[in-house]
Amino acid sequence: MQSLSMPHGTLPLLYTFHFYLFGFIAIGSALLFVTRKSPVAAALWLVNTMFCLAALYVMLDAQFIGAIQVLVYAGAIMVVFLFVIMLLNLGQGEIHDARGTGWKLTAGAVAIAMLAQIFALTKAKTPINLTLPQGFAAKQVADAGAIAPVSGPLFHEYLLAFEVTSMLLLAAVVGAVVLGKQRGEEDAR
Amino acid sequence: MLAEALFFSAVLFTIGVFGVLIRRNAIIVFMCVELMLNAVNLTFVAFAQAYGVAGQVFVFFVMTVAAAEAAVGLAIIIALFRHRQTVNLSNINLLKG
Repeated sequence: MQSLSMPHGTLPLLYTFHFYLFGFIAIGSALLFVTRKSPVAAALWLVNTMFCLAALYVMLDAQFIGAIQVLVYAGAIMVVFLFVIMLLNLGQGEIHDARGTGWKLTAGAVAIAMLAQIFALTKAKTPINLTLPQGFAAKQVADAGAIAPVSGPLFHEYLLAFEVTSMLLLAAVVGAVVLGKQRGEEDAR
Repeated sequence: MLAEALFFSAVLFTIGVFGVLIRRNAIIVFMCVELMLNAVNLTFVAFAQAYGVAGQVFVFFVMTVAAAEAAVGLAIIIALFRHRQTVNLSNINLLKG
């Protein structure tokens, strides 16, 4: 019964410590990402943020999503970003692209207002009968594995959305090819 | 851990909004949008732990949309760069009139 109340059967103090550790590393990397001048350095700090988020997912009993986060986000999407940065040769001789003081003050005010809004929202009470019992997700992972609780709903309740997603990806690939085509080709034909 | 996860998610989302507002490099603005999507994913996973594992399915969909968005958006940036030789957003003001 002890493993039900404590996630992963670890000491709660150690769990909390690591949760905060990865959370604050993620926030620190995100701040560095926003303030770096060089696009390559910014992209690498964003990759670090994504790794910390993957760790948080694993600690929140979403092991499959954590793996997908590393493979798809940090692995595939960010590599495409880095590839485009290198293709456009933005790495060196970069212009300082931060906006002026007026913009920064406005952005800071907007950020503070948004934070206040989101914190007010998180204080909202949720109906108690919707909440799962403590440790339910960990028990489900222990019983059925990490993938089955995600893939079950994906191929039953959300099957239509899943199929529509394939159409979206197809349209995106066709659109990317059309946009990336060399401009001179139409004139040459 | 729900409250802590929501806290981290809110801060990361706000950093993303801040980055979109203060940067002029189109690629970095685009990466800030990815950061905001990631923050929302963290909220989904935290709520999935408290209200039902099916919430993780939505993270899956958000990642798919992010991949599609990255493909199309980066193609647009490359086309823009080929046309104007810059990705600085203050030099791209065709709609300003």
